[in-house]
Amino acid sequence: MNAVRFEHVSKAFGTLKVLDDISFEIPAGQAFCLLGRSGTGKSVALRHIVGLVRPDRGNVFVEDRDITTLAGRELADVRKHMGFLFQNAALFDSMSVGDNVAFPMRRHTDWSDADIRERAKSKLADVGLDHEFDKMPGDLSGGMKKRAGLARAMALDPAILLVDEPSAGLDPMTAGEIDELLVKTKRGGTTLVVVTHNIPSARVIGDGFAVLHEGRILVSGTLEALDASEEPLVQAFMRAQGGG
Amino acid sequence: MQQVAVVDRVGAGVIGFFEFVGAIATFGARAVVEAVRPPYELREILTHIYQFGYRSAPLILTAGLAIGIVLSMHTRASLERFGAEAMIPAGLAIALIRETGPLTAGLLVAGRVGAGIGAEIGAMKVTEQIDALEANAVDAFKYLAVTRIIALMIAMPLLTIMMDFSGILGGYVAEAAVSGMSWQLYFERAFSYIAYSDIIPATLKTIVFGYLIAVVSSYLGFTTSRGTEGVGEASTRSVVMASMLIILSDVILVKIIFFFYPPVSG
Repeated sequence: MNAVRFEHVSKAFGTLKVLDDISFEIPAGQAFCLLGRSGTGKSVALRHIVGLVRPDRGNVFVEDRDITTLAGRELADVRKHMGFLFQNAALFDSMSVGDNVAFPMRRHTDWSDADIRERAKSKLADVGLDHEFDKMPGDLSGGMKKRAGLARAMALDPAILLVDEPSAGLDPMTAGEIDELLVKTKRGGTTLVVVTHNIPSARVIGDGFAVLHEGRILVSGTLEALDASEEPLVQAFMRAQGGG
Repeated sequence: MQQVAVVDRVGAGVIGFFEFVGAIATFGARAVVEAVRPPYELREILTHIYQFGYRSAPLILTAGLAIGIVLSMHTRASLERFGAEAMIPAGLAIALIRETGPLTAGLLVAGRVGAGIGAEIGAMKVTEQIDALEANAVDAFKYLAVTRIIALMIAMPLLTIMMDFSGILGGYVAEAAVSGMSWQLYFERAFSYIAYSDIIPATLKTIVFGYLIAVVSSYLGFTTSRGTEGVGEASTRSVVMASMLIILSDVILVKIIFFFYPPVSG
């Protein structure tokens, strides 16, 4: 079964065409990396999957449900199966780190407060932040925020995890730690959709790849297919990122 | 050609204004519809009542006390000429309860709470926290806007009662300092000309003020763009627009109140 499927999706903001008739499939349990330079529509594609952006044309299927036709409670039900790690983590700054992670549990489960607290601590421990439970997001470094964001995204053990630029703005060590966490998550059976322009990071995480350029998919497939591509832009991108 | 350009610009401005008003009206109407649909987010509403009501109380009480003292001094200066000092408590109470209290409380809350809502929701918008709420299967409009609108509609009349009470207290302090009038006599005189029809409509109209402040500032927060600059702008515009709407709506509301409760003369 496919976890996510794009069918001829196009999206424009005003006169700016961001996605232009793109189609791809992501099998359940795999890690799919959307690659490309900044501003090529990768994050917009990711936002389509969770229904934050609606396509002008085409359809986006999540676990075989067309998310472009859903609204209200039906859309919320599909979203509960997904976790989203935002580029800047997007932690709720009025809540402690622990409350951020507990938030999805408080909203969507009938677990007791003690149970939720315990589970939130466990999720934070998974990302090495169990001692930061009572801290406010403003007290964390960029890498810690990202890890806390990952803990929140994983709070309900989602079937699909969407990750926007996991290594952006992080030092190589921290970026490596995040990559390891994502690989661990994938091994647990979660489908990953990762938007990145960091090829070394994608090599560690990904099973399937697609390179976006000016809203179109230049090439998709395995890493070997990308390395073997004769498309000059793909070659330049892979070389510039230390690939091949 | 230059005339055409000017007409174009004015036309675009007029269209833009009506689009803006239409968007806010739609936002406010949607809030009313969503308010009666579950989930009711009671915990959020109570949190906001605490933030907007309890935490605004010191400002409202201080302002009310000062206004009461100042109004009392001005009223005394005028009424002394006619030997009507005994009317000071009643005059002050009527002015405060019917108009000064509700309007001043509305404007103060527009400044304190309106700016806060605009800035808070605006900051959440530019830092993707609103998207994060949606991605977590939470209706951000309901969670952020509707809860604040309901909370402020509840808090506003309570703050107005505080303002009225502290204003009358301020009037007593000023009067006692000058004439040595007793507390009991002051209050007896203050409420001798006050009817429920003075208190209830004037206090309840602030529910509309609360609705307007929260709708405008939530809307401006939700439509914030351009980073921190946009957040500052949303905050400032929230105060300006909410204050203008309070003043304009007050004129209409007073007219409506007079229609149902005609002022008694003589």
